[in-house]
Amino acid sequence: MKGYSNGESMLTKKLVIPFIVSASFIYLIPSPPLACSTARHRPHCASPAPTAAPRSWGSLNDPSDHLNIKNALRDLKLQKMSRAKADEDDYWNSSKFTLAFTFDEEDDDYTRLKESKKAVNSISALADEDDDDDDVEKVSWSGEPVGSISWSVKETASKLRPAGDSRELGFPKISASPSLPKNNSVYSLSSLFKAKTKVGGMLSSSDSFSDTPARHYAPELRKPKCEYKDYISNWSPQETILKMQQGKVVSLERFQSLQDKMLLLDKAVDGHDGNIITAILIYLKRSLCKEVLFRELVGRETALRHYIHYLKESGEQKVLLDLFRALGRTEDEALLQYKHHLTITDENKRRDFLKTCLGLPFSPEDSLHVQDHYTLLERQIIIEENDKQVERTGQSDVFKRFPRKASILNMPLITTLYYSCFYHYSEPEGTYSSPANIRRTFKLAEKQYFLTALAARAKLKAWTDVDSLFTTRNWLGFTKKKSPVAFQRVLDILHKNNAPVQVLEVYVNLLEDLELKINMAHKFKCHDVIINTYRDTKDKKQLLGYQKKFDMSSAEHKKIADVLNNSQIRWKN
Amino acid sequence: MSPHATRRVFTSKGQTDGCSPPLSLIPMAQSIRRDSPELPDFSLLKRLARDQLIYLLEQLPGRKDLFIDADLMSPLDRIANVSTLKQHEVDKLYKVEYKPIVSTSDQLCFLIRPRLQSVKWICDVVNADKAAGKFRRYKLIFTPQKFYACENVLEEQGIFGDVTTDEWGFHLLPLDDDIISLELPEFFRDYFLDGNQRWVRTAGCVLHLLHSLYGPFSKVYGIGRCSKMAYESWREQVEEGEQKGRDGEIGSVFLFDRDVDYVTPMCSQVVYEGLVDDIFRIKCGCVEFGPEVTSSDKSLKVMLNSQDKVFNQIRNEHFSNVFGFLSQKAKNLQTAYDKRCGMDIKQIKTFVSEELKGLKQEHRLLSLHIGASESMMKKKTKQEFQELLKTEHSLLEGFDIRECITFIEEHINRQCSMIESLRLLCLLSLTENGLLSKDYKSMKAQYLQSYGVDHLPTFANLKQLGILVEQPTGETLTAMENKVGKLVNDRAAGKLTDAFSSLAKKSHFRALSRRLNLVLERDGWTGLEEVTRLLNGQEFAASGCSEADGKARSDTQRTILVMFLGGCTFSEISALRFLGKEKGYKFIIVTTAITNSARLIEALLDNRA
Repeated sequence: MKGYSNGESMLTKKLVIPFIVSASFIYLIPSPPLACSTARHRPHCASPAPTAAPRSWGSLNDPSDHLNIKNALRDLKLQKMSRAKADEDDYWNSSKFTLAFTFDEEDDDYTRLKESKKAVNSISALADEDDDDDDVEKVSWSGEPVGSISWSVKETASKLRPAGDSRELGFPKISASPSLPKNNSVYSLSSLFKAKTKVGGMLSSSDSFSDTPARHYAPELRKPKCEYKDYISNWSPQETILKMQQGKVVSLERFQSLQDKMLLLDKAVDGHDGNIITAILIYLKRSLCKEVLFRELVGRETALRHYIHYLKESGEQKVLLDLFRALGRTEDEALLQYKHHLTITDENKRRDFLKTCLGLPFSPEDSLHVQDHYTLLERQIIIEENDKQVERTGQSDVFKRFPRKASILNMPLITTLYYSCFYHYSEPEGTYSSPANIRRTFKLAEKQYFLTALAARAKLKAWTDVDSLFTTRNWLGFTKKKSPVAFQRVLDILHKNNAPVQVLEVYVNLLEDLELKINMAHKFKCHDVIINTYRDTKDKKQLLGYQKKFDMSSAEHKKIADVLNNSQIRWKN
Repeated sequence: MSPHATRRVFTSKGQTDGCSPPLSLIPMAQSIRRDSPELPDFSLLKRLARDQLIYLLEQLPGRKDLFIDADLMSPLDRIANVSTLKQHEVDKLYKVEYKPIVSTSDQLCFLIRPRLQSVKWICDVVNADKAAGKFRRYKLIFTPQKFYACENVLEEQGIFGDVTTDEWGFHLLPLDDDIISLELPEFFRDYFLDGNQRWVRTAGCVLHLLHSLYGPFSKVYGIGRCSKMAYESWREQVEEGEQKGRDGEIGSVFLFDRDVDYVTPMCSQVVYEGLVDDIFRIKCGCVEFGPEVTSSDKSLKVMLNSQDKVFNQIRNEHFSNVFGFLSQKAKNLQTAYDKRCGMDIKQIKTFVSEELKGLKQEHRLLSLHIGASESMMKKKTKQEFQELLKTEHSLLEGFDIRECITFIEEHINRQCSMIESLRLLCLLSLTENGLLSKDYKSMKAQYLQSYGVDHLPTFANLKQLGILVEQPTGETLTAMENKVGKLVNDRAAGKLTDAFSSLAKKSHFRALSRRLNLVLERDGWTGLEEVTRLLNGQEFAASGCSEADGKARSDTQRTILVMFLGGCTFSEISALRFLGKEKGYKFIIVTTAITNSARLIEALLDNRA
């Protein structure tokens, strides 16, 4: 008790702010060695800091002070506990703007303290409301230029923070927080937020200190703005996330230990706001080496997906590849690398790049596809070069009649086959550009080949080629029309290519379903088929009806008349 | 007139529970049906957005050039016009094209979505100016919000501080009386494919905005993880700000994640509005009809909403009914015109002053929609479309699967529409709980052969999303059922959809959002707890903040806000309108964007650099 009051009275007599400084350094106590050692490593932290700071550093380095303050803290805790236990719940839930501490000692200093705190807290409610335009808030979340005063001040603050935060991680040294489960300041920002992990009692109560806009209380003692930042942005991870969600500018530089960083990330993930999660990840990307960050992202699925998305969006392919590699996501890695070929415009370079892709860890089936892609482009380059030459010199008739509209480079396989059926149909299998060669090399199914060849030859109106596509000869030498796709589909394709009725007729006749046959025949105006079908089904009525569609002088009219006059037919109607 | 009368009958009966009486008590559904309540006035949202934009423009006083993100142009058009911008000293307007700029103005304003690419481009612009020694003032307005990642780009590119940034909270664009859109098509890919939650808070903001303008809501229901997060985000925002107590205009709120049902949006749309969207692409409530529709040499941009009286009558109808309706309408119009024969001078004068304008307007609209129908008929009565519909139908019913596969294969082999082929594959996978391994491999290979191996990453995306997958092999059915429990549930819901459809004698309403329908079927809105139990995990139901009572309440209770996270289709909207009409509810649809099968598939493509 004594040490505490002595230490404090010295400060409070002079300023309010220094009190806050030392109050905030109370939470350092659980792990003074950490704070001290970091302070030693960064001597520059203390030097530019204004008046109050050296004092606090000084007392920090003084072991006797530690002891005293520790004692004071314990005493304080005990007092509070005994007093507040009974109606604790009600009290902490109802009194909105009261501190977690109650300092009702007779001691002069305490009374003064109590008053000042009360005052400060009552204004902090006001201050918090209009803190949108409060200069104090406007600290770049991404940090000031390194080496500036505000930067170093923040460095100082971050030295102070980690030890406090580490309570939440349950470091062995901390004994205070578990014994004070209810010790949350109701006013603390974290209580506004439905937090899963409540911040330790001492911590948040003094957070309301640090939130205190002290200048309202003692404006004449206002310190340079930059200095407020460190006290005021001295938020817990939870509060930091909340502030960020409200669109306020916060500083993340304080979160230096890995535990703090990960706590911050986890809080961000709990907040379900991708914007914030990404912001934290950007900070982590800057302040952690890749290996550590990647390692920590394993098992943090949401954060990981945000990170991957961010890397994709910002075009950091190298980092992304490293990440996939570190995670053992080899297929993702391979696909990402493969995708790079799309950015290469020169076909030879693209082919060479695809060749390097062949060794990538694709799944077995994908690896075959990539192999095909490479082979295809290789062939296309050869075909393109050759055909350009042929077209230019005008050696080939088909190129003259149907000049190429575009190059065949980078076209899909089926398009290439179509092209080859169009321009190189009769070539022997030995040439790269022959349809047979393409079909064999890429192991195309009969149906794929058939449909493509049909479309190409029909486009050229090479009806004999079309016909021979269907013709199979059995061992006795009989020919038969066969198709791997329904004849209806064949008709569709032929019709689209303006096949003449004579050609269509052949395939309409091959339809087995009578109704479909009649429909198709009507659609394509295959009169002979219709007449013959009605004759075969002995449907006089339909035939008579159909006859009316023609002129008396037309051949169809005559043909129908002939059929109708045929006495051999026994009409069904 | 009559709607009000009927409603009064009901409210006087004092039915405040918001439940329909048991069906058995209803002698004739038609005669006793309650009318849907009036909708809240959402034009307020437009005014708010416009005022805020003007305020932001005035923050950069003086003449300035404005660069607008391409996909913000249409939404902007709907709330402000060029003269509004000119009034606030916008000199020239440019589209963001990621190219060097030609502007000579010394003040540049950028109105963009928070995308890194746009911000990087702006950085290039600023740095180019710096290099050229040109001094300008720059202002970036992000809408609906800025992201830290964007500011990070500004910082990295060394122009943080050289530009000012602002946020334009243009969250909601009312597309029609009952449709409000966030106009965020990227929501779908960002959240459902990439697992990025950056729009979750935006969704929460939207709820907050609607809540503070038209709330308080009485109950909030949701299905899906994103819905839950959006709900929580909204609750947080409500807690941050004070809520003034007043009578709400909206009763219950339903939140749906798009991934709850992918089957419906993967189907061809058959209601008029949906079909227009599938074929001509409705953009921001506006469609461009080409010369083939207008039967003139130029194309025409037309707003499609309830203001268009003709459209309003056919938008929710099955396409096959539309033609008959339109021709009847044309006949009526003719009769109305013919009236003027045999009129005396005075009558003609009244006719001209009172009726002619309306008739002319109707005439214009009618010929437009007839033109559109004809054009669609031409495309859709083709044999192919019939076959396509048949295949979809078979897939939904689960029969003739081999035939369907053959059809899809040929579709791919013939290099028909790349998007359509992928859509059919997804539909096959969704309805069959994945493809057999050999089918998957063979179809994927054929697809890559027809449309390019570049699509490999697209297949990875579809797999990631779970809409085009291989059936896991070697697992027992029960284990698999567990794994794809969601889909199994969907099928059950699908059955209900069908049952509902036939009940309603509107077989074309198969496009109902299945889950929603399940909820509605169990309905009275009371059996809902049971439903939420039925659907495991991600579902929630929560009471809202206030309990209004009396007459106001019964109307409010029947105004239901349905929010789709990840987009919804016009078919789904039609289905909701239909249900609303049947049951006396009024649905307000809030969606992150209007979508359809093609847009969904396009969002998942990954064959571009």
